[in-house]
Amino acid sequence: MTMKSSTRQVDGVTIVDLSGRITLGEGSVILRDTVRDLLSKGHKKILLNLGDVNYIDSSGIGELVAAFTTTKNQGGELKLLNLTKKVHDLLQITKLYTVFDVKDDEANAVKAFSK
Amino acid sequence: MLQNRVSYTLDSTLETVNSAEETAGRMAAEAGFDDEEVMKISMAVREAAVNAVLHGNAYDPGKKVTLAFERTAGDLVITIRDQGTGLDASKIPDPLAPENLMKTSGRGIFLIRSFMDVVEIHPSRSGTEFKMIKHVRGHATDSKEASQ
Repeated sequence: MTMKSSTRQVDGVTIVDLSGRITLGEGSVILRDTVRDLLSKGHKKILLNLGDVNYIDSSGIGELVAAFTTTKNQGGELKLLNLTKKVHDLLQITKLYTVFDVKDDEANAVKAFSK
Repeated sequence: MLQNRVSYTLDSTLETVNSAEETAGRMAAEAGFDDEEVMKISMAVREAAVNAVLHGNAYDPGKKVTLAFERTAGDLVITIRDQGTGLDASKIPDPLAPENLMKTSGRGIFLIRSFMDVVEIHPSRSGTEFKMIKHVRGHATDSKEASQ
């Protein structure tokens, strides 16, 4: 299964619901294009909902890092929501878990963005 | 039942990466590994295949990737070979070092080493071979090696 992405707005935060696989090729490209498109339209509070992402490879991890850095460099904030165990474990062993702001409750995650 | 040894010659394409991952998952399941181990083995193979296709063969249609699985009494042994110029793994930065943590690439070999029990990287002028071993439960030793 390849990746699907859809966006919605909640209290000024853009929530990106991702599902499938973030891997080299289509999955990574969709994530990259989605974040770039949001930033170009001025949406700088981005919450990536990874609850339905069942697989991510090193390329996908790199894409998450790129999304985080690009958003931050443009004065925005990017947080992660609802990590599956696989993604959680991968971020742990790559020492990225503490780099990202990871949330497990959507309402609290939205509130955590700066006003 | 997994045959003693099977090998595939594959094109240098993204399709090969997905196919190598799927085949590894099937072979690992047939060898009796549980779901979590199957995921780790298939991901290690995916990362090695990415390395072979992208960095080794650089998508060159004239170069092939060879993928082989061998089931011994105690191990599943997987080798992936490309036809590139030879990888110098010693030059790959540590992805866990603070200065490299936010880099967008360079984690593939680290993940392979994290997920397999033994990883050997054999570079030569005619390509690089990754030999990856996972011990079958009941035959496992606690040793974890990584050599070049």
